Amino acid sequence: MNKDQLIKYSEILKNYKLERPMNIMEVCGTHTVAFFHTGVKDIFPEGLNLIDGPGCPVCVTANGYLDRAIEIQKEHGVVLATFGDMIKVPASYTSLQKLKSEGVRIEIVYSPMDALEIAKKEKDTEVVFLSVGFETTIPTEAVTLKKAVEDNVNNFSILTGNKLTPPAVDTLLALGEVKIDGFILPGHVSIITGSDSWQFLPGKYNKPAVISGFEPKDLVMGTLRLIQLIEKREIEIDNLYKELVTEEGNRLAQGFIDELFDVTDAKWRGIGIIPGSGLKLKDKYSLYDAEKKFPVKMPEEVENKNCRCGEILRGLITPPECPLFGTVCTPREPVGACMVSFEGSCSAYYKYRK
Amino acid sequence: MDKKILMAHGNGGELMGTLISDLIVDIFGKESVQLDDSAIVDPGKGSLVFTTDTYTITPIFFEGGDIGKLAVNGTINDIAVMGAEPKFLSCGFVLEEGFEISSLKKILQSMKRAIDYAGVKIVTGDTKVVENGSADKIFINTSGIGVMRDYSFRNKINPGDAVIVNGTIGDHGISIMAERNKLSFSKGLSSDSAPLNNMLLSVGEKFGKSVRFVRDATRGGVASVLNEIADNKTFSIKILEEKIPVRDEVNGVCEILGLDPLYAANEGKAVLITDPEKAEDIVKVMRTFPEGRDAVVIGEVDLDFPGRVYIETYVKGKRILPLLQEDQLPRIC
Repeated sequence: MNKDQLIKYSEILKNYKLERPMNIMEVCGTHTVAFFHTGVKDIFPEGLNLIDGPGCPVCVTANGYLDRAIEIQKEHGVVLATFGDMIKVPASYTSLQKLKSEGVRIEIVYSPMDALEIAKKEKDTEVVFLSVGFETTIPTEAVTLKKAVEDNVNNFSILTGNKLTPPAVDTLLALGEVKIDGFILPGHVSIITGSDSWQFLPGKYNKPAVISGFEPKDLVMGTLRLIQLIEKREIEIDNLYKELVTEEGNRLAQGFIDELFDVTDAKWRGIGIIPGSGLKLKDKYSLYDAEKKFPVKMPEEVENKNCRCGEILRGLITPPECPLFGTVCTPREPVGACMVSFEGSCSAYYKYRK
Repeated sequence: MDKKILMAHGNGGELMGTLISDLIVDIFGKESVQLDDSAIVDPGKGSLVFTTDTYTITPIFFEGGDIGKLAVNGTINDIAVMGAEPKFLSCGFVLEEGFEISSLKKILQSMKRAIDYAGVKIVTGDTKVVENGSADKIFINTSGIGVMRDYSFRNKINPGDAVIVNGTIGDHGISIMAERNKLSFSKGLSSDSAPLNNMLLSVGEKFGKSVRFVRDATRGGVASVLNEIADNKTFSIKILEEKIPVRDEVNGVCEILGLDPLYAANEGKAVLITDPEKAEDIVKVMRTFPEGRDAVVIGEVDLDFPGRVYIETYVKGKRILPLLQEDQLPRIC
């Protein structure tokens, strides 16, 4: 699509007269940010509401996960390696950033491979990689682990907090708390899972959806198409990212995941336990499973009672409706994870507020 | 000469004398450096502009420059953006014991090239050596004196004024970040360290007060500089996403790491606020200089969001460009 066409379709979206107000949900945090960043949310027509979904991996990580990582560090003296956006997330009693400032070695890495490299270089150091992320990051984590096994690296393990997106969306709809007319589904997750993984939306819940990329043109065309599906009551998944997303997804990546992990139940912040929405390492890889390798006595999990991350993740309120938003809770002094992560709803609303 | 800096290179004795005379003065030029406690200089007519800045960077050598080039160009630019002509620099070195003298030599030679290119002189300096571990290889302070002409780049900004940048943004910050993190996909990235004095003097001479305001977009990048300009004012600054020059390589790294080139440091870029009637002519003059080859009007001053800076995106949506909260961290996906 060239620039003139983009401007033409942007005008169409901006001036669209909706038959009735509608709520659409962007499942993924990358989309949350992209809608703000590209200005596409700013040209939404009157009556079109974008409800942020639970698709920010840092945000949905329950406190217990970080509590465990911190206990493992304290009791076993390991080096924690993590993606950058985890370090400021408040756990029940402290955060990785606070530990770091107290002199505890926490390595910020760009890829799990970097964490494995540290373990290879420092054979006397136990490196625990905090494996948090959705379908988009899980394959790299699986490949890293395979490499660790192949190279016989015994001082490397991962603490799995990985989650699967479709079951979370399924649960949100089953809860029935929020009325959603249609979904914008993440292109990059769908590359791995395949468009078929979302068939429950039309099949079970009678909701249309589009699979979309993240460029301005993808967001404009995706939104227009979704409005059309909703208004014409065409209940289907329209894959607008066909060049990359197939029906069955990336079999190779799925194979890596299946080889190393079993599907399990997982706790999501603000939502609770969602059956079949998490991954755990298969028993034969127990040596690489930090949870088994480094047993700890878990402290009681505490969530800040005033933080409304949970309701935000369930799409019940928008960040500015939380009394802490922008006053007590800011990116500098975050109370909840949604204010920490680059892809968190609160962080996006704060960053792009007018 | 020894291969590494020793504590004795800073003790005021013979070794220090050799370091200064055989290396520093020799490279900077005996005719300009004055070996007394202070230099006596004749800046000519006009008010003096006086500035100082201290430079620390890891790595000290990088694609497109080194700490020495930064220290010269940075201070030159701080003077040049006032509308003044930079004339004389001082330079103070803090050297870590054990620092390679060959590296120091490379840095000094690079500083010499930078002052010659910009047409300024280093007239006085100082050297200190600190124990191994008390500094990170080398710190450089440069102070500078410049002279105002019959105009200044500190004038009233009005709604309607144009916003100009002299080329691609984010080159320095993103290339340093890529280098520091040894990113394998960083080919083609290079710091933009450059002196802006000749280009800005030419613009000042030709357009005088039509140039309302100039600032170099160093730490915090173009977005932060614009925020400083708009802060507490009755006007806002709008920039157009489609006009902002960004190298493909810089965009690539930014996309992968989740960074924004508008907030990345530059070392050879300035933002100019000018009379809109003269903006295109100013851009033409800037383009005759290597430092302004890609100069372009990127936005304008208006009244839509008083005190704020915003961007009009490709789809004509508006988005506020806030002050940077914290350094951005690499993200999960």
